[in-house]
Formats: sequence, C-alpha cells, structure tokens
Amino acid sequence: MTGAAAAEPLVLGIETSCDETGVGLVRGRELLADAVASSVDEHARFGGVVPEVASRAHLEALVPTVDRALAGAGVRLADVDAIAVTAGPGLAGALLVGVCAAKAYAIALGKPLYGVNHLAAHVAVDQLEHGPLPSPAVALLVSGGHSSLLLVPDLAADVEPLGATIDDAAGEAFDKVARVLGLPFPGGPHIDRAATAGDGAHVPFPRGKYADGTSDFSFSGLKTAVARWVEARQAAGEPVPVADVAASFQEAVADVLTRKAVDACLAHGVHDLVIGGGVAANSRLRALALQRCEAAGIRLRVPRPGLCTDNGAMVAALGAELLGRGAEPSRLDFAADSSLPVTAVTAA
Amino acid sequence: MLLLAFDTATPAVTVALHDGSGVIAEESAVDARKHGELLATSIAAVLSAVGASRADLTAIAVGTGPGPYTGLRAGLVTARVLASALAIRLDGFCTLDVIAAAVAADGPFVVATDARRRELYWAGYSPSVQRTCGPHVGPADELPGGLPVAGEGGLISAELAGRQIPPSFPSAVTLAQLAARRIKAGEPPLPAEPLYLRKPDAREPGPRKRVTP
Ligand SMILES: [Zn+2]
Repeated sequence: MTGAAAAEPLVLGIETSCDETGVGLVRGRELLADAVASSVDEHARFGGVVPEVASRAHLEALVPTVDRALAGAGVRLADVDAIAVTAGPGLAGALLVGVCAAKAYAIALGKPLYGVNHLAAHVAVDQLEHGPLPSPAVALLVSGGHSSLLLVPDLAADVEPLGATIDDAAGEAFDKVARVLGLPFPGGPHIDRAATAGDGAHVPFPRGKYADGTSDFSFSGLKTAVARWVEARQAAGEPVPVADVAASFQEAVADVLTRKAVDACLAHGVHDLVIGGGVAANSRLRALALQRCEAAGIRLRVPRPGLCTDNGAMVAALGAELLGRGAEPSRLDFAADSSLPVTAVTAA
Repeated sequence: MLLLAFDTATPAVTVALHDGSGVIAEESAVDARKHGELLATSIAAVLSAVGASRADLTAIAVGTGPGPYTGLRAGLVTARVLASALAIRLDGFCTLDVIAAAVAADGPFVVATDARRRELYWAGYSPSVQRTCGPHVGPADELPGGLPVAGEGGLISAELAGRQIPPSFPSAVTLAQLAARRIKAGEPPLPAEPLYLRKPDAREPGPRKRVTP
C-alpha cells in the first residue's frame, strides 16, 4: 500500500472530437499519461480539418494510442476503474469512433462509462495542474472549433453559457489570417512565432463587438480587415510586414478575448478565470490575460499548452471528477452528439 | 469456443454469439442512423441472454464492409477494442460475402448494397458462392446485366427492379458460421481492415480568394 493516493480511482479518457486521437489516464487529480496521435499533417494540404480523413485516422490510431497511454502510465487495462469519452460537441463521424471504442472498453472491462461534454472537459483539465477549481469560476474556451465564455458554478454541474462567437471561432481566424500571410496550417503556432519579431500596435485592426456589453465575440470582420490591409500593400507593390501584421492581428484577438473574459468575471463577482482550448497556447493571449487579471484581482489559471489543445487527459479529468462525486454513469446506448449543448455535462 | 460476431456496414446492426456447435443468441435491428447506439447494447444483450460474461469470449468476427463509413467504423473500432482488451482472436469478413453466404443460389448472382450518392457497393458470385469479381463501387448500370441481385441494392435501384433475391441485409448468424468454420479449420485470422473503396472527399484549396474587389 502506498497510502491514500493509490486508492483513488483510475480513469481512462478518450477524446476524438476533431483531428486528435487523445487518450489520458488520470488517478484522482493526478495525470499519469497523456497520449495523442494527431492527423494534422494529413489535413495541412487541405487548409483545414477534413472530417472523413480525421475519422479514418481515429479508427487506425485508437487502440495503439490507448496502449501507449497504458505503457506510459505503467498500468494495465485491468487496473482501470472507469472510462470517460467525449460525447460531443465535435465532428459527428469522429466522435462516433471514440464513443464506440469507449463503450467496447466498458464492456470488455465491466466498468462504468461516462459520456462527457468536450467543453466542460477543457475546464476540468486545469485541476490536474492547479488543484481544485474554486466555485464558481469563469471559463474562456478558444480553439478552432469553439469560442465561448462560460460560467462554471461547479465542475460536475451544468455550465451556464455567457457568450460565444457569432461567426468564426478564434482558431479559425488564426488559420485564415495565416493563409493570407502565406503561413502554413494550422495557423496558431505559425502566427505566434511570426509575431515575436513584430509590433502589435503596427496596424490598429478592428475589435469586433468590443464594447457592446455582451460576452459574445466576432472574428469575421477582423479576418477580412487583415486580408484587405495585406491586399492593399500588395496592390501598391509594397512588401507585407508579416511579423507586424501577425502581431497586430494577435493583439486584436487577445485584446477582445481578455477584455470580455475579465468583464464577465467582474459582472458575476467571480475571482477565478480558466482559459482553455488550442488558442490558449497563444503567448500574447496568455501574457495579456495575466496582466489584466492581476490588475482586476482575478486569479488566472491556464493549463500548459499540451493540455490546452484537445487531449484525452481532459476527458479523464472530468470523468474522474464525476466518478469521485458518485455521478450516475451514462447508459450503454447514449449517442454521440455533434451539437451537445454546453449546458449538459454528460450525455443522456 | 465463444465467438461474438457483428456487422454494421449496412443499415442493419446484427450481432450473434456462436459456441462452437451453433449460434446460441442473436440480436438484429435495421436503423441506418443508430449504429453507435445499438451495437454496444446488442452485444451486452446477447451475452446476458445466454448468461455468458465478456471474459468467456474467445474470438470476435466483424464485417469489414464495404459500407457507408460511419456505420462501418462503429463495428470495426468496437471489434478492434474488444479483441485487444480481451486479448482474443479477431477475423474480418467482407460484408458482401456474408450476404452472399446466405443466398440460396442456383446460378451466378450479384450482391449489391447502398453506397449512397446513387451508387452501389457490389460483387459478383458463382453458384458455389465464390466471389468472382469485386468488391466494386459504382452506379447500378455497371452491374453485370440480367443476374439476380441480393442485398439492399436490389431494392433501392430502379434499374435492378424485378431482379432482387433475398437476403437484403447481412446476418451476424451467417458471419458467425463463416468465422466458426475458419477457426475450427485452424486457418489464420483474416485482417479487420475497412473496405472504404472511395477516397475521402477533400479538395486541395485553390489560390486564396481576394476580399478587395
Ligand atoms: Zn476543444
């Protein structure tokens, strides 16, 4: 016996909502393994995620990724106490591969299964790094597939949406602007890298819905403004200052996101902000969020970049939280739901 | 031996258990949109129907299509996970062969299933139920003319009207019998690889469209 920690239940988490096959193993709130197989390289030449390509890759990667996670954690499948899987939202065909796999593991092991909400899992993963999440908290989730501000009264309870993008997701804007600048897909890391040598104040790009008093976002106008600015330079035969444009675009996104997030915290009397999703890996967003949260007396929690992007650990983390609280497992016939509302923490 | 067989490559979700001497439980439903919901519960149902536990399973057999991809993958990933987690044998069988094995033939015939987009997955068979061509994917007018057609393809194509013969869907009972025969004969496992037959729909983007007129 190694004390209380060893007695905590071991949860296997499976995430296949987009192009990453993620498998995580979590014991209580301790991360034991996080294995990811990404099909991103197969999508790059199409300039975006191709759902059928992603689904085929999930089928091939699933069992090997689970085996890799088990080996990494030094545990056996038979040690697993419960299985958690992303039930939605996400790409329908991609979700189905993970959901069917998770059901099969649940049958093979005779263990409970939790079909969980992808967005709630993005919030729950932070507990693996920063301990229990105070209630209530505000979460800003920004990725290629989602841009939402959420009020999280409690991790195992249903989440209240405060606002979301009315057009493009933040990560989508990064991909499209990268294309304008001739940078590869996915745009986020490339723009972040290009921006390090640039001036964020070089072009005052528009901040959609900046002061409209809502918690909603809009990135479509920003994306078009960047394209228009770049095309004007090209038409004039002038070189495009890629670093400055990348930095100015990134500044506009970070400015809107952090301002709306801090405002939401203040409006609801909340002192803890969690940021998750692939865009949370952006260095300028992290820096500006920290600065503004400090000024407003808000504690900022951002998981390390590897846990911000889609991964299995986040699903395992939420599953472990639900199991720990004695939540009712999902039935074996629950459906993958590509538009699972954020208000449902588990699938019916 | 306790063999679990299932196929999800057509609108049917069909599951059977074979104990070495015959099929002892079966569960089948036709609902093209519910593979992900029906398969796991049907597997649990056939096991509990005979009072067996998952730990009693010694082999898995799965239909590998061709079939609409989403349903096909539900079966394949379930099969691969069960075989891996229980460390038991896994065999994959072409779904058209499973349908063909249940045809009462007195001559050559074709098996055709719905490939969507006004096309069929199909293969040709000899009277002794040996596959003579395919599997292919294509429009109904590419099928050999005049031959009887088993599988749902015979029902959904106006071109094939009057030629349809049973069965319309694969049965896991037939699949289990095919697999049990292979295992008893000591033959090596067949790979459980999906028969997609088509490349994913994806086009590489052309030059970026300008936003300024
Ligand atoms: Zn995500």
